[in-house]
Amino acid sequence: MLLSFLAITAIAVVRLRDLFGVVMLFSIFSLLSAAIFVTLDAVDVAFTEAAVGAGISTVLMLATLALTARTEPPPRHGTLLPLLVVCVTGGALVYGTLDMPRFGDPQAPIHQHVAPRYLQDSPAEIGLPNVVTSVLASYRGYDTLGEITVIFTAGAGVLMLLGAGRRRTAHRDDDKDKRGSAMKHSLVLRVVAKILIPFVLLFALYVQFHGDFGPGGGFQAGVIFAAVFVLYTLIFGLKAARAVVSPRVLHVLSALGVLLFAGVGVAGLFAGGNFLDYSVLVRHPVAGQHLGILLIELGVGVTVAAVMIMFFYLFAGRTR
Amino acid sequence: MVTVLGLYNYWIAIFLMMTGFYVVIAHGNLVKKIVGLNIFQVSVFILYISMGKVQGGSAPILAAGVTVYSNPLPHVLILTAIVVGVATTALALALVVRINEAYGTVEEDDIHSQDEPG
Repeated sequence: MLLSFLAITAIAVVRLRDLFGVVMLFSIFSLLSAAIFVTLDAVDVAFTEAAVGAGISTVLMLATLALTARTEPPPRHGTLLPLLVVCVTGGALVYGTLDMPRFGDPQAPIHQHVAPRYLQDSPAEIGLPNVVTSVLASYRGYDTLGEITVIFTAGAGVLMLLGAGRRRTAHRDDDKDKRGSAMKHSLVLRVVAKILIPFVLLFALYVQFHGDFGPGGGFQAGVIFAAVFVLYTLIFGLKAARAVVSPRVLHVLSALGVLLFAGVGVAGLFAGGNFLDYSVLVRHPVAGQHLGILLIELGVGVTVAAVMIMFFYLFAGRTR
Repeated sequence: MVTVLGLYNYWIAIFLMMTGFYVVIAHGNLVKKIVGLNIFQVSVFILYISMGKVQGGSAPILAAGVTVYSNPLPHVLILTAIVVGVATTALALALVVRINEAYGTVEEDDIHSQDEPG
């Protein structure tokens, strides 16, 4: 049922030519897929998708639209050839699914490989209720390190692409602040935001440190943190936000998170274990795992939050 | 009927994937292409997560009295993929902004015609 909704939204995205509407629909699309992830038992994933897809990526796309064109001209090529290519590829893929295991089948090959081991042995080896966190931070720590390195690299790339013109546009920040002041003078928005922001920050911290026991963790907390700054910037202006956290601090923090993660891995090496083996950090292996996971989740959260806020500053600071 | 219900999740994933694919190849607007790529990406997420579901299973947070859990591995992979996805999307959008500054347009055809000599 929800899946069908998703398909309908996707079609609407294709048909609509007003790009503002497209971005809004895409946001709804993300929220729907988050709802589907909940029904499929993937609570951590749903959390992330709701925060990222419906929050950060929508804001970034809107910022891009503000800098480029808002509507799309009618297509000049025929749509028949692309449609044909898509139908043939889709048909081949559907034919391929006929051999796939049925939905929810406990005998499917995916459930026979390493998953039973994670579910059965992680209570004794790591001692955390949330298996997703155990796998993310400990069993597959290598993958996660690689992924936050990708995020850091993307942050550096955006900084190179959009950060260069900052000196040229700096003096225009003032009149930009004046122009964007419609929201700044709304008393209700200011008061509500000021009340809301501390609680959202608190929630982000809760998500960060409670990720071991319930859904949550560094990735989600980082994105929620960034969302607070987006809200603050939208209401009080870019200049005020830059005064709270300067871009230079963000550059340092984004690197610091990756270094903290890698540093915990190297500390394991010095203690006589393998890279990213936390059991050797403290005398008791399970306590070592707890400490290691807490530290690397902190590294993930710091990097993700810093890079996301940096993205927003860079897009918002760009003038047309 | 059982076959159709059992494979419905794959078919929707394929449908979404093809929708994204279509947007990427048939539309000239670069922002729309990025939205198409994102739809493609979400379809992959749904494919993975729906494969991890076990009938009668619960979310993979260990609790007393629950014996069947869904597979946590796809959740981990997709959780990180989503955040990496938004990072790469931001990189693509930054490129679009720069292209717009250099060419004054985000339409693929206009960019090509400007690049042609003479």
